[in-house]
Amino acid sequence: MNKDTKPWVRSLLLAWTIAIVVFMYIPMISVFLASINAPRYFRFPIKKFGMNWYDDTFAASVTGDIHLTSLYVAAVVALVATVLGFFGALAFARFNWRGRSIYQKIILLPIFFPQAVLGLALLQWYTFLGIIPSWETAAFAHMVWIVPIVTLVISIQVFSFDASMEEAAYDLGATRFQVLREVTIPALAPGLFSGALFAFLLSWGNFPLSAFTSGADSTVPEWLYSKMTVAYTPMASAIGSLSVGGSLVILFGAWFMLIFWRRRQA
Amino acid sequence: MSDASHRLDEPSRLLALLRSIASPGVLNAVPPLLLFLTGFLGPLVLVGLTSFIPARTFGFHGDWTLENYSQLFAEGSSHYIPFLWSFGLAAACVAFLLMICYPIAYGMAKVFGKWASPITLLLVLPLFVSENVRLFGWVIFLMKGGGIFAGIMKTLFGLDPGSMLYTPAVVLFGLCYVYLPFMLFPIVLGVSMIPKDLVESANDLGASRFQMFREIEVPLAMPGLLVGGLLTFILAVGAISETTILGGQNISVVALDIRHEFTYNQNWPGGSAIAMLVTVLTGVLVMTLLNRLNLDRLLGKR
Repeated sequence: MNKDTKPWVRSLLLAWTIAIVVFMYIPMISVFLASINAPRYFRFPIKKFGMNWYDDTFAASVTGDIHLTSLYVAAVVALVATVLGFFGALAFARFNWRGRSIYQKIILLPIFFPQAVLGLALLQWYTFLGIIPSWETAAFAHMVWIVPIVTLVISIQVFSFDASMEEAAYDLGATRFQVLREVTIPALAPGLFSGALFAFLLSWGNFPLSAFTSGADSTVPEWLYSKMTVAYTPMASAIGSLSVGGSLVILFGAWFMLIFWRRRQA
Repeated sequence: MSDASHRLDEPSRLLALLRSIASPGVLNAVPPLLLFLTGFLGPLVLVGLTSFIPARTFGFHGDWTLENYSQLFAEGSSHYIPFLWSFGLAAACVAFLLMICYPIAYGMAKVFGKWASPITLLLVLPLFVSENVRLFGWVIFLMKGGGIFAGIMKTLFGLDPGSMLYTPAVVLFGLCYVYLPFMLFPIVLGVSMIPKDLVESANDLGASRFQMFREIEVPLAMPGLLVGGLLTFILAVGAISETTILGGQNISVVALDIRHEFTYNQNWPGGSAIAMLVTVLTGVLVMTLLNRLNLDRLLGKR
C-alpha cells in the first residue's frame, strides 16, 4: 500500500472499486437465479426451485450443435491468431525497421472499427467472392479483430525480451530455427499463452461479428440472442449459466497450468 | 516515383532495397498484413465501391453515382436518427466511463498495491462471458413485476419500481456496463506512467490536490485516457445487443440501420453508403488520435 495516500482517500477508492466489482457480477448472478427457477416465467423471489431447464438443455440436440460450432470457431481462431500474433508482435516490438511506426498503427485499425459494421462489410465481401458463409467464415471474421489484440498482448512480452540472448545463441553457432525453438519461443511463452487464451475467450463470446458472418451455422451467443429477442425460453438462462461456468473452468484451468509450469521452470 | 525507379538502376541501390525488404522486421510483418488486406482493407474498399452504384442494384457496370449519399441527406430522410443515437450514446458512454474508471485506475496503479492483481482478475473475468448473457442478466434483474430488483423492493419496502427497461437511459447503462473494462485497463496503463516523484515535488511546491490532478496527472496519463476513450467510443458506436436486448424496439442504432438496408430493403448500395459514412467519421477520429500516441512507451518499451 502507498503510504502517502491519506487513509480516508484509500478507503473511499477501495469502497468504490468493490462496489463496481459487485456491480459487474449482478447479471451473472441474475442469469443463474433464472436458470434454477422451475416455472416457465421468472418471478423473484423464487417460489419453486428446479433443475428442469438444465435437463431440457442437456436433452436438446441444439445444445451440442451450438457448442460444437463455437468450439470449432474459437479453437481455430486461437491457433491461427497466436501464430500470426507471434510474427506480428516481433515486427511490432522486436525489430527496428523503416515502416515500423506506420505498421504499428495500421495493424491496430481493425480494433478501432465498429465490429457490427465490419461484420456487415465482410458479409458483402464473402458474397462478392462467391463464398457461402459458414462457421469458417465466422472464424476468419473473428481473426480480423482478434489477431491485432493478440499482437498487442504478445508485444508487451516482446518489449521486455532481451534480444541479446538471440544474438548470443547465433554467436554460439545456433541456426535460425534452433534460435526460434530454443530461445525466442520459450522466452515469449507466457505472452503466447495469454495471447491464445485471450483469442479463445474473445472468440467464444463474440456476437457482433458472428451475427453477420456465420451463415446457417449458429454459435452460442447467436443462439442466445435469438432466444432473448424473438422466442424466449428459460433454456437460454441455463445455457448462459453453463457458458459462464465454462469460461471460469477454462480461465482457472489456464491459471493452474501457468502456476504448475512456472514451478517446473524454477 | 519516376525519380526513384530511375535510381534503382544502380545495382547497389537495388541490393539495398532488396535487403530492406528481406529484413526480419518486414518478413514478420507480412502474415498479419496479409490478413489486414484480405479481411479489412479489401472488404472496406468493396463497401466503398458499392456505395457508388445505383440503389438496389448488384454488381459493377460502370454507372457510378452519388445518389446513395444524396438520399441520406435528402429532405424527409430519417437516416440521421440512428446516427445521432449511436454517436450520442457513445459520447455519453465515454464521458460516464471516464468518471467511473479514473478513481479505480488510480487505485489499481498507485494505491492498492498487492490487492491490484486480484481486483484486475475480477474485472477481467466478465469480459470473457458473452455480452448477450450479461445483458440478458440485466433484463432479469430490472424487468417489471417479477424482476430481481422489483422483487427485492417489494419484499423489503413494499415499493413497485415499475418498468426500467426499454428507455435510452437503460441502453446507455448497458453500454457503460459492457465496455467498462475497455476503458479501465488503458487508463491503468496511463496512470502507471505518472512518475511518483513528479507528483511529490508538485506537492512540496504547494500545489493543491486539484492542481496536481489537472496539471500533472491528467496530461501524463493522457495516452491511456485517449486509448481507453477511443476504444470505448468505437465499440459503443458499433453496438447492437445493448439496444435490442435492453432497449427493445424503441431505439435504432446505425449498425441496425445498415442491416435493415442490406436485408429488408435489399439495398446494398444504400447500406454501403451509411457504412462508408461511419467508416470515414470513425476513421478520421482514430487516425488523428492514434497519430498523437507513442505506442512503444505506452506498452512499456524499455
